[in-house]
Amino acid sequence: MLQPTATDAVVRMRDITIAFPGVLALDGVDFTLRRGEVHSLMGENGAGKSTLIKALTGVYRIDAGSIVVDGAGRDFHGTADAQAAGISTVFQEVNLCPNLSVGENVMLGNEVRRAWGIDWRATHREAARHLASLGLSLDTRSTLSSHSIALQQLVAIARSMVTSASVLVLDEPTSSLDRSEVEQLFGVMRDLRDRGVAILFVSHFLDQVYEISDRITVLRNGRLIGEHSARDLPRDELVSQMIGRAVAELEAVATTAERTIDRDATPVLRASGVGRRGSIEPSDIEVHRGEVVGLAGLLGSGRTELVRLLCGADRADVGTIAIDGREVRIPTPRHAIGERIAFSSEDRRGEGIIGDLSVADNIVLGIQARRGWMRVVGKEERDRIAREAIEALGVRPANPDTPIRNLSGGNQQKVLLARWLAVEPDLLILDEPTRGIDVGAKADIQRKVAELSAEGLSVIFISSELEEVLRLAQRVVVMRDRRKIGELDSKDVDIDGLIGYIANEGVRAAA
Amino acid sequence: MRAVLRSRLLWPVLALVALVVVNTVARPSFLGITVRDGELYGSLIDILRNSAPLMLVALGMTIVIATRGIDLSVGAIMAVSGSVSLTFIDSSSDPDGVGTVMIAIAMGVALALLLGVWNGFLVAVLGIQPIIATLVLMLAGRGVALLITDGFITTVTSAPYRFMAQGYLVGLPFALYVSLVAIAVIVLLERRTALGMLTEAVGINPSASRLAGVRSRGIVWGAYIASGVLSGVAGILYSSNIMAADANAAGLYIELYAILAVVLGGTSLMGGRFSIVGTVIGVLTIQTLLSTITFLGVPPAVSPVFMAAAVIIVVLIQSPRVHGWTSAAAARLRARRTPERTEVTA
Repeated sequence: MLQPTATDAVVRMRDITIAFPGVLALDGVDFTLRRGEVHSLMGENGAGKSTLIKALTGVYRIDAGSIVVDGAGRDFHGTADAQAAGISTVFQEVNLCPNLSVGENVMLGNEVRRAWGIDWRATHREAARHLASLGLSLDTRSTLSSHSIALQQLVAIARSMVTSASVLVLDEPTSSLDRSEVEQLFGVMRDLRDRGVAILFVSHFLDQVYEISDRITVLRNGRLIGEHSARDLPRDELVSQMIGRAVAELEAVATTAERTIDRDATPVLRASGVGRRGSIEPSDIEVHRGEVVGLAGLLGSGRTELVRLLCGADRADVGTIAIDGREVRIPTPRHAIGERIAFSSEDRRGEGIIGDLSVADNIVLGIQARRGWMRVVGKEERDRIAREAIEALGVRPANPDTPIRNLSGGNQQKVLLARWLAVEPDLLILDEPTRGIDVGAKADIQRKVAELSAEGLSVIFISSELEEVLRLAQRVVVMRDRRKIGELDSKDVDIDGLIGYIANEGVRAAA
Repeated sequence: MRAVLRSRLLWPVLALVALVVVNTVARPSFLGITVRDGELYGSLIDILRNSAPLMLVALGMTIVIATRGIDLSVGAIMAVSGSVSLTFIDSSSDPDGVGTVMIAIAMGVALALLLGVWNGFLVAVLGIQPIIATLVLMLAGRGVALLITDGFITTVTSAPYRFMAQGYLVGLPFALYVSLVAIAVIVLLERRTALGMLTEAVGINPSASRLAGVRSRGIVWGAYIASGVLSGVAGILYSSNIMAADANAAGLYIELYAILAVVLGGTSLMGGRFSIVGTVIGVLTIQTLLSTITFLGVPPAVSPVFMAAAVIIVVLIQSPRVHGWTSAAAARLRARRTPERTEVTA
């Protein structure tokens, strides 16, 4: 491995500061990227990783500081400027043209031209050469969309090589790849690194970061925490640098969740045989007072579909729902809130936040909707509710007047949790509340759920992370192929057991 | 100062002020106000008086646009309400009676309300795209108005009806009071209650609002009803001004001017955040422009071109991208004046 010196620096960013209304996204951050290294940028959501990348790739203008690429000071006015400086970016969502061929995508804007126009045969030959240099042998005339996301990502990298980029930025390239695809990507990355390309890598997966990185820079709350050689930075040190406190706090959540639930009393919610044609087969579910029921199953197993019937987001065609033993109809979310059932959707952006409204308005929206438009939540009351929620959940920035779209994913999720808690529900349904958010916010949300259930709130908790489900829930309902296949007491099962149960469709329970 | 500079209304206000300045330079008497028999007259008073119909329509349009909708039928609704009112007065035995006129106005506004209910039903209940749903009435409404007037331009003489658009109350045109009351009612309704916030929530993210328990159907429906009623009152003011029900000319193209006023006022056509004050400024800007054409004696043949050019300039003054360019150009100029070359920092 190369041991880079200061003269190898391709990119030198100094004192980078970027402010958004109400948020200081980057506060005097330094970042250096050297020739022939894979450099990981680490931090929680909202730490400033994306902002730094966007500053480097010309998406955002910097408010203060300097960017030097290849020894020359740069003032990027757009992504084209950054590309001209040799900086190529491959984003999480591939930014290619899915309806064009692979070859056209690789060569777009750099087609081989002759006097009579584009020489397509030569263009495809050239594309094939670039792909081959990454160890890919694709039919360059096939449509891009016919290939997997992983291959599309590699095509995007090949495209950046056409313009002979000296810096390659990979923002969460592995989030939708499987193990072997990640290996293939890493192979390409190592190859490019050995050819002298500087690679900036962002990933939420620590294993991958350690596998590929030569160097790690940690950001927190828009500030630089440190730059380390990957070999000299132990994992727990990295994590505590990222979240700024000991990992042990996450573990502490587990103990609060261990308690017994009175299952003889009338359940808060009893759904019998609720189902909807084409969406979910009739299923039963019960939630008792103060109980956290986990819903486990693979993506598409019917977890979301089931809870959407319980909260009126979708209408059930069969089955009955009883609240405290009293049979009720829940045709709309409004009725659900009337019955004190609150539902937080998995689609935070599409079904959760009201982007342009302030944090405070987003928090009081639920209360206001229940009261109707005539009885307004006054300014004082709104500010008090917002301030208390921000305090209790640790929302950052702690400014109730910031538009919620300026917050990071984890903080948006906390605001949504605050909205639902403000309507004082008896049953809180959380669908993937911790997906795509950082360790710190995750711990905050888990702790809050454990705390509230200990005080008597009933919760249905859906998560793809089985570890989290087992940690929080007293009982786990397992779904598979759009129906409920069984229930487990979380004391009687560990992660491997739960995975086995999901995979083997309750065979184990029958035995 | 910083708060003023960052205000969303800064540029709309500057555009309006610029227009007034241009007019004053061209004709210094533009700002003059004379008092005759205790009543105020002058170009500015005319602008305020003549802007009343557009003001009412644009207020309704603002609310509809905030819900992510659009109401193309406002001009047709104006034609209908004016026709109904004047036809009733024409057929009554006492056209000069205050009671007759009150009933006539009530009928016109009530029919406009029904048309608003119809629009809202199509959009909020049947889920038809607003532009198509209101296009139906935009096309059919004038037909209805022609049916009401039997295809004639009904002209009447009725002093109380005439007073609506042409009369004076305590020194100021009555139509101005109608505008002010409408603005006050809308501002109170939207900002003193939670209606404005809920309307914005529905406009920004309908699915999230529904899950939060917001009655979005009622809010969207209400917006079209409000737009219908305001257009109805506008139609009465318009017909009172010319004392005739002209089913073809009443409110012609007013939907476009109203949309323009809303956009000039800083409300996005994408829905969501809206500004009533912004719309008021937008309406005054447009009305001033229309007056400018008259004042400057622009020949009728080229007045549309003049109007278009002026609108482009006004929109450019407000465009954030143009602001970016001009501040970048200013920064370059400053940098050139600095003697020594410094490292590039943004």
